[in-house]
Order: sequence, then C-alpha cells, then structure tokens
Amino acid sequence: MEGFSLFPPPSFWENWLHFWRFEDMNVLWVLMGSVLLGMSASVIGGFAFLRKRALIGDALAHAALPGVMMAFLLFQTRDPLIIFIGALCSSFLGFFLIDWLPKNTKIKADAALAITLSFFFAIGLMLLSFIQGMDVNNKSGLDKILFGQAAAMTEGDIKLLGYVTIFILITVVLFFQKFRLIAFNQAYARTLGIAVNRYELLLALLIVMSVVVGLQLVGVVLMAAILLTPIAAARYWSNQLAHILIIASLLGALSALISTQISYLAPAMPTGPWMVVSLSVLFILSLLFAPQKGLIKQHLNYKRLRQKVAEENILRTLYKLHERHQFSRHHFTQADIQSFRSMPSSCLQSTLKKLNRQGLVQSSSQGTTLTQAGLKKATQLTRRHRLWENYLNEQAQLSPEQVHQHAERIEHILTDAQEVQLQQELRNSQQDPHGNQIPGATLSKEGGGKN
Amino acid sequence: MTNTHSKKFPPLSVNNLSMRYHHKPVLTDVSFEIPEGKTIAIVGPNGAGKSTLLKGIMGLEPIMDGEARFFGEPLTHKRLAIAYVPQREEIDWDFPINVFDVVLMGRHGQLKLWQRPSAIDREIAQHALEDLGMWDYKDRQISELSGGQQQRVFLARALAQKASLYLMDEPFAGVDVSTEKTIIELFKTLKAQGKTIICVHHDLNTVGEYFDWIIFINARLIAAGPVHTVLTKENLNKTYGGRLSLLNDLTETMYRTQLNKAHDQE
Repeated sequence: MEGFSLFPPPSFWENWLHFWRFEDMNVLWVLMGSVLLGMSASVIGGFAFLRKRALIGDALAHAALPGVMMAFLLFQTRDPLIIFIGALCSSFLGFFLIDWLPKNTKIKADAALAITLSFFFAIGLMLLSFIQGMDVNNKSGLDKILFGQAAAMTEGDIKLLGYVTIFILITVVLFFQKFRLIAFNQAYARTLGIAVNRYELLLALLIVMSVVVGLQLVGVVLMAAILLTPIAAARYWSNQLAHILIIASLLGALSALISTQISYLAPAMPTGPWMVVSLSVLFILSLLFAPQKGLIKQHLNYKRLRQKVAEENILRTLYKLHERHQFSRHHFTQADIQSFRSMPSSCLQSTLKKLNRQGLVQSSSQGTTLTQAGLKKATQLTRRHRLWENYLNEQAQLSPEQVHQHAERIEHILTDAQEVQLQQELRNSQQDPHGNQIPGATLSKEGGGKN
Repeated sequence: MTNTHSKKFPPLSVNNLSMRYHHKPVLTDVSFEIPEGKTIAIVGPNGAGKSTLLKGIMGLEPIMDGEARFFGEPLTHKRLAIAYVPQREEIDWDFPINVFDVVLMGRHGQLKLWQRPSAIDREIAQHALEDLGMWDYKDRQISELSGGQQQRVFLARALAQKASLYLMDEPFAGVDVSTEKTIIELFKTLKAQGKTIICVHHDLNTVGEYFDWIIFINARLIAAGPVHTVLTKENLNKTYGGRLSLLNDLTETMYRTQLNKAHDQE
C-alpha cells in the first residue's frame, strides 16, 4: 500500500494541474470512489430523512468505530474487507440496540439513539488509543477514520468502496417503489401484504453499508451530514421523489469532488469537514435561490402580493370617492384618498405612479382620476367585496359590522368562477349589508383569478 | 383449503378479540360476524377503541387474545381481498409524491419485489381516480389537496386494490359536502357489486341513513346488527353512558399481574 499523500511540495497550481491531469491513476480512482460514495450516501440517506429517522446514520457511523478497531486488533491487518466486516458487525449491533431499547424498556427512541451512539463511540476511542500505544505496523492511518482522509485510501479501499456503492445504487433503483411506499405509509404497506420488516432490514443494511464504506473518506464524526444534507437541499428543487433523489445524488457527488480535490492539494486537510462544508454551502444556496421554494423567491412573491393589494386598495378607494359624489366628480387629490384610507404618503405616491404606468389611473394637476380600464377593475373589486360581505352576512350569520374586515382581504383573491358562484348563491342580490349598491355584474375577462 | 365453500363464510368474523395498550385494556372480548354486501358502521365515543379494532383486525397492532377471520380464513390468505383506508391524520402530507403515484400504491399488493406497475395497473388507478372525480388532479402534489380531496385520493387508492372487503377509518371525518356525497355514491356502487364496507363512523345523525348495519363499541361490544334493530335508545345509552369501571379496572389489574398467563399454566 503506497500512501498517496506524499506529493512533492511545489506550488498549489502545479499540484492542481497534476491532480486534474490524472497522471497518477490512483487520483482518478479515489475521485470516482468519492463521487460514488457521495451519490449512494445521499440517496440512501434520503429515505432515512423521509422516514424521519435522520439521526440513525450518525449513530450507525459512531457505532462502526469499535468494529474497525476490534477487526484491526484481532487480525492485525488493514485489509479493507476485514475492516469493513468488523465495522458492519458493530454498526449492526448498534442498529439492533437502538431498535430494541425503546421496544423493551422505558427508554424512548431519541434517548436510545444518544446512549448507543456515545457508548459505541467511547469504546471505539478507547480501543483506538490502546492500539496507538501498541507496537504494531500499519496502525498509522487508523486515526484518520475520525475525520476522513481521501488521500490515505489504498487501492483495496477504493475497490471495495466502488463495489459497495454501486450495489447500493442498484438496489435503491430496483426497490425504489417499495421503499417509497414504506416511507410514505408504512401501516398501509403492511395491509397490502408487503414484507415491510424485510425491506426495513434491507434499508438498514444499505444505510449501514454506505456509512461504513464512507468512514475513510468522510470520517465517523461527520458521516451523518453526507446522508442528510443533500436531500435537505434537494427538497427545495423538486416535488417528485425520483427527481429529488437524483438532485441529491448530484449534490453529494459535487461535494465529494470538491473535498477529495482539497484533500490532495493540502494533504493535512481532512476530507470530511470539507465535504460537509461544501454540502452546507450547496444547501444554503438551495435554501436561498431555489426557483419556487427558495427564500428569495418567496420574499419576492410576498412583495408582489403586497404591491397588488396596495394598488387594488387605491382603486377601490377611488371607486368609493366616485360613488360618494354620484359619479359626477372625477378628479380626487391624494388628500381625498388618504381621508378614506389611511396609508403612508410615500406608499400612496409610489403606488399611484405604478397605477399610472399601468394605465389604470391618470394623474394631472387637478388630481387623480380612474381611466376606463381602472374603473372597470375598481368596479369588479367593489362588487367582489360587497358580494362577499353579503355572503358572510346571509350564510355565515355575521353581523354587518363584522363582515367588512374579512371582505377587505377576500376581495383580492376571489376568482371569476367564485364570483359567479357567489352571485348564484346570493340570487343576484343588489345591495350589501351596509345598504350600498352592488355594482353591475359585468364580468371582465382579465383581472381576478391571477391568484 | 376449502375455497369452494368460502361463499358460506362471512367477509369478516371477529372472535373473542382483546387488545390492550401497555397494561390498559382497550378492547375486551369482542365477537361479531358481518353479512356480505352491506355497509357497516363501527360507532362509539372517543377512546372507545374503534380505530384500534380496525388496526387489530388488519394486523397493524398486536392482538392479545382472539382472532379475526376473513371469508373464514386468516388475513394472510386473503390479503388481496381486503383494502384498508387509514385515517388521514396518520400521513405526512408533505411527502414528495403526486396523486397518481399514491393511487398506484394500491396495486403493490399484486406486484412482486421490484416489479413496477404495468399498463393495466395504471388503467385501474385511472378508473379509480375517475370514479372519485379526482382524475384532473392526478399530477397534483398531495400537499396541495384539500381535506376532502385527500380523502378521495385515499379512497381511490383502496379502490385500485380491487378488493371485496373495505375497512375504512373515519372516511367522513373533516370532508366537504361534495366529498361526502361522492363517498355515499361510491358505497352504492360497491354494494351493487356485492362488496362489503366497514367504516369507523362518528356522526350519529347520518349513521342510520348511510349504513345498513351498526356495531356499537365502547371498550367491549355493546350491540351489532341491522340499523333498524340495534339503533335504539337503550344501545345508545349503553354505548355513550361511560365504561363499566369495574370491568376496566379489574382487566387492567389482570394484565399487570400477568394473571391470565399464570392461570393458563396451571
């Protein structure tokens, strides 16, 4: 086993070129291995995440540590398969303990997880310090398992990593439908006669395998993040589980690429923290910039809604002013508007400007007047407002004093179809509960229904 | 075994069923048989063990004592003939899945291991959605549905199972008027096909109108039979008039002391 970490010290740039020219075939292999791990861990972690058992991966990774150490102690070898089997055994032991404790004792699931995790981790650390005090060969890389070190991986490690991750990916693709069914509605799956327990065990096995195989790359301590962060980020981009899993696996792969590269360029750097940091950055980017669920998009939507409400409120105020003057006076000042509806002057002025631009009102030295289109829209809003007041008054038995505030909000979201339905249910009533005329039912094609 | 005679057996018979939660008795010694091709309501106050009864029958929660038989046989032999509709609240409606895929789940009882739904399965799911007036929503995310629509999706999923006995946990809870009508129509169609429907129901005003049969439950069986014979003031009083506290307390003590085990070993 040759360590890859012995790079000549020259410049960062040269190292980088050296890395990407793949002059060292091992670089290519480690890179592929880490990408595969990133993909399989994100996909399998996705199911743990959806089943709301997000922390299980963390516990299982910690539970693997004593297995690694015991395997090394017993066989005095770093043979990847033996280490893998040792880790698998102790990780599974941890899994059954986490499963058994809440069912058979008064300990709840979260406590069982925490107890198992720290117990196994402590034993693992004890064994590790014991080994480090021993006089044996090969022990040098063992401590790397805590935080991961891509550059310290041997050819055998990578081969095993490749086999296991490909096995995991293929299994998930094959059983996708069943895994999804169980994650969505486990009790229902049971009533269909599906062997839920067997699939659960398979899922647990896949999680344990991806955790164990990822230890050298990511490390015990941070493995959970590789399982969970990709799916948490991917949920922002899609609503279809298949797409979410593909996106998660791409994010996992990308972070693996970044961190492995860094591990080579700066061999003192552990891979795990870099992988987690790059994943977290991807998560934050998703959280902010995702097309529909992203925070920025949601903020913009809210701003647009506020703008729309402000505009419509002014149109309605103008309508009421018209009504007050029996539609004989057409121009109204900002003071007139403010006397009817209190709103900050700056907001009023900017909204009037926007309405002007849309051609719904026209401002001149005499004041503001509704255009033809503006009047139509204002009439529609008023009609909706008053219809809704009527509806609440007649069908929900609310007093005329109670209905106004509610109608102030509903008028902005009523659609054409709902308006027609209201008119039918109210049998074309002509007056609202306050005695105001409901303006004619000339349903416009545009406007409304946008929400 | 004797499949030719299975017609003679009732769709569901429950014999001496007892269930508990930790040491608290939930149901004690419940037995009844139901007729084929009827709509049957399970009625009782909150905490009477109605949902627990359904779950026990479906093998979702452990049974202490007794058994449920479907068409004379245990559940494992008759899985395909039974469809279960869980309560809506038990589901994470934020799960990333659309309406059509949820309904397709109803076909998974017929599919082996990694098999994917075939064109026929898709057709069946489509019919089920159409029957409940939800075909237009097939690509909707389930989180975008209203309560009534969620219930329809669940019913469509059960319908896609093409079962002969349907067990539903509160299908009328929190649904709108039009969904309620749709469900009633669905009951009629299913009954016309000779299928049997058992529902946990909480609305005493409609129980006589919507159902042929009633099973009154309050921790034990109060009465079971056709609406016109069991929907009486006496049965209602017994069902809603509180539990028999002595029965309750002593059964709990029995479970705590593991007396039933000790007794049987003598």
